[in-house]
Amino acid sequence: MPQDTISHPAFLLLEDGTLFKGKSFGKKGTTGGELCFTTGMTGYQEIFTDPSYTGQMLIMSTCYVGNYGVNTADVESDGVTIAGLICKNIATRYSRMIASGSLEDYLLQHNIVGIQDVDTRALVQHVRTKGAMNCIISSETDNIEALKEKLRAVPSMKGLEISSNITTKEPYTAGDPDASIRIAVLDFGIKKHILHNFTQRDAYVKVFPAKTPIAELKAFEPHGYFISNGPGDPASMDYAVNTVKDILNEGKPMFGICLGHQLLAQANGIPTFKMHHGHRGLNHPVKNLITGKCEITTQNHGFGVDPEAAQQSEAIEVTHVNLNDGSIEGIRMKNKPAFSVQYHPESTPGPYDSRYLFDQFIDMICEQSAIK
Amino acid sequence: MHIEPKRRRERPVSGAFSSDTGGNGRPENSVRRFRIRLQLSEILVTFAGRTGALPPDCLSTIYRNAMPLDTSIKSVLIIGSGPIVIGQACEFDYSGSQAARSLREEGIKVTLINSNPATIMTDPLVADRVYLLPLTAESIEQILEENEIDAVLPTMGGQTALNLAKEVEELGLWEKYKVRLIGVDIKAIDKAEDRDLFRNWMLEMNIPVAPARVANSMLEGKEYAQEIGIPLVIRPSFTLGGTGGGFVKSKEELEPALEAGLKASPIHEVLVEKAVLGWKEFELELLRDVNDNVVIICTVENFDPMGIHTGDSITVAPAMTLSDTAFQLMRNTAIDMMRNLGNFAGGCNVQFALNPETEEIIAIEINPRVSRSSALASKATGYPIAKVAAKLAIGYTLDELKNQITQTTSAYFEPALDYVIVKMPRWNFDKFKGADDTLGLQMKSVGEVMAIGRTFPEALQKACQSLENNATGLTSISRSQMRPEELIDYLKRPTWDRIFRIKEALQAGISIKTIRELTQIDRWFLYQIQDLVALEQKIQAYQHLDKLPVDLLKEAKQMGFSDEQIAELVKDCTAEEVYEKRKAAGITRVFKMVDTCSAEFEARTPYFYSTFETASQSS
Repeated sequence: MPQDTISHPAFLLLEDGTLFKGKSFGKKGTTGGELCFTTGMTGYQEIFTDPSYTGQMLIMSTCYVGNYGVNTADVESDGVTIAGLICKNIATRYSRMIASGSLEDYLLQHNIVGIQDVDTRALVQHVRTKGAMNCIISSETDNIEALKEKLRAVPSMKGLEISSNITTKEPYTAGDPDASIRIAVLDFGIKKHILHNFTQRDAYVKVFPAKTPIAELKAFEPHGYFISNGPGDPASMDYAVNTVKDILNEGKPMFGICLGHQLLAQANGIPTFKMHHGHRGLNHPVKNLITGKCEITTQNHGFGVDPEAAQQSEAIEVTHVNLNDGSIEGIRMKNKPAFSVQYHPESTPGPYDSRYLFDQFIDMICEQSAIK
Repeated sequence: MHIEPKRRRERPVSGAFSSDTGGNGRPENSVRRFRIRLQLSEILVTFAGRTGALPPDCLSTIYRNAMPLDTSIKSVLIIGSGPIVIGQACEFDYSGSQAARSLREEGIKVTLINSNPATIMTDPLVADRVYLLPLTAESIEQILEENEIDAVLPTMGGQTALNLAKEVEELGLWEKYKVRLIGVDIKAIDKAEDRDLFRNWMLEMNIPVAPARVANSMLEGKEYAQEIGIPLVIRPSFTLGGTGGGFVKSKEELEPALEAGLKASPIHEVLVEKAVLGWKEFELELLRDVNDNVVIICTVENFDPMGIHTGDSITVAPAMTLSDTAFQLMRNTAIDMMRNLGNFAGGCNVQFALNPETEEIIAIEINPRVSRSSALASKATGYPIAKVAAKLAIGYTLDELKNQITQTTSAYFEPALDYVIVKMPRWNFDKFKGADDTLGLQMKSVGEVMAIGRTFPEALQKACQSLENNATGLTSISRSQMRPEELIDYLKRPTWDRIFRIKEALQAGISIKTIRELTQIDRWFLYQIQDLVALEQKIQAYQHLDKLPVDLLKEAKQMGFSDEQIAELVKDCTAEEVYEKRKAAGITRVFKMVDTCSAEFEARTPYFYSTFETASQSS
């Protein structure tokens, strides 16, 4: 069916009082969270299902979403994790022979409230200038005062701990149980394709809930530990920092991605901070200081590792930096086989430039455990 | 003959030194390196306060791997593309001029050869010395005789310049005059240009290509045709611009096509190749530096499927119907191809076909140079490909250069677009009476327009409005109305006015399914045109401008309708009246930037396009 011009109105209200009017799509309702934008032009389904976006109201800066529908393979978790979606155009009809349905139906199924026909470029400029802030979308009321009230109840991302709510309830495994490499994974909101990257490299992984004590992790007899990505403020996760410290004491190889990177920094006494508006997209330039090579990376983070403390740290060295703003993108410990990156080497969506890091981790494990 | 600039313009003073023609002002290596570091430390210091950047004292770590500039290059020869012909037009003037400017910024003396004086690049202000000479090895030798040239940059003048560089190489002239080839690997030229070498190279790399076999006789041709299966493309060897080649879509067409092909080839040889008609076509623009860092500047999707020359296709950026999985497969393959092709720093263009049913891809071609599409990609993204490619050719690495638009972020990144680009070719068949206006393997358009919008229909209609053929949008531009049966028959053959006829067909109620079968154009694009038809019908129903709701008028503007088009639809008013009505309702143009980064960073030197967008209100 051609696009219906008389669609339901919707409102987007920002914490600073700025109001945008648009059209509703997805579920009719009201939803709030922290406003952020991504500049990625492909992979919307992977983005919407990435657990690190939990609690985020996401602006897609690219002109269209939904053009190629959705399918069952391009997901990073079993649900849609974003709190709400803001875009310029959502395709009412899609075209992809291997798609299983339309994006709009998919969002409806997952109860996601969205607003389209918004000047997303103006909105991105607003966030770029004013910084990350909370917002609310509603397609069920035009009572702005009532929305303001509801917006005040939306919690601030700073100091918010989310991982323990979205982590797996029970441990589960992936890969071949007879594999020679076993990796214990701490789940703070892990993306499926990180696990794929391990199992593709013939590792057997066991994924544990966020608050699993070290003894239980050790019972799996892992050759290495992986600390996952996830949403929320790493400064509010003392329990996780303590587990990372326990893991480091084991002396086994350890790899962390995104939140896992921030936790490794904290375990070494390096604080994290809330960024102005974060890094989200598929085109972030990173330089590997060890090899001198550059990589285009997928990023999704609103918190960062304090650069001065990282530079002054005796325990770690900076291995990767962002070429746009000089922020810390990767660290490794000087006297322990542990390293981490702020970006997403598994990409999905995004470039495969950084997948060598998974090889590096596997090599580290093989070397230490004398496997193969 | 050569032209010496009348007034020798002073070169831009960069950093700690000022260079002059004699080359005596060239900086020492250390000075240059200091300058680069200084610029970079400025960037980092700027950011330190805002985002918590790295302290400047760790700069030595960051840049310890930076390759020094090749300071032995003080004078560069750029080869132009010669006469403007169909398929090789002003885009190479654009890239040549950009490259000349980019090298002179570095204090390098630029000498230019082109046989075409009607270009910007031959303007005395663009290069230090301009030679208006035929593009032959003799001319090159004359230039090398008269000037001290350190290096030649042959990647800015299309295939013409590359072929000339290769010819001169074979004559041993570059070696004789101690001139280095920069921006290209001479061994890569053949591998990219020769169909057979390209196929074998792809097979070596395990990259799929269309199945094909070389036949030297009718009998062989028939045998291979049987083996590969119809549809086929018959490509005669060693003919210019695809002459004598053709499609075989039915058994009956095979024999005449083989006969024509074999006859056209001077060595009686044809390539019998599987035609991937109906597959989707994509193009990627790449840049690579001496450290082997590669970025994709732009991905372009062809509205027209495989079988129509890219130069004759309507193209769209960013890709509209490409999933991330399919895109990353192309990105990885393109990067592997560029790295494997040879040892060179500069620009490159790779084309792929994608099977819409399985999403498998095959490589179509690779151009180890700045191409027609790079000029479009530069304008579409704001990233100056030729300018940066010239810097990479003299040894800069991407991470040492800044994004030209933001001037603060890195040139090592991949542009993100928050608008839609539509390129439409412009044909002039009315000036070539009797010419076959069927579009196919050989490019026939004489120019192109590029339009920008925040919706695909907006960009498409703006492009139509810019064609200078009386189209006020995607409207009927022909006086002859066709009946539905005639339209169905007409759409079987790709012609220059196909998109206009598709709209007529949708108006006549012909289904998307039928049009898709006839044209093989992706449904997503057909849906967009159908949306335009539906909107037109809605507007038409009001019949009076007074009664036309403001919301609908706004939607029409966002879908790219011109005031004239709207007036034609409601019939009781003029374009001026439509303008007055929408102005009174506050529906006026806003201007948005082409800034390479979707507004993520502040832009210093962007350019603008107009659109109709809702602004925010404060409460």
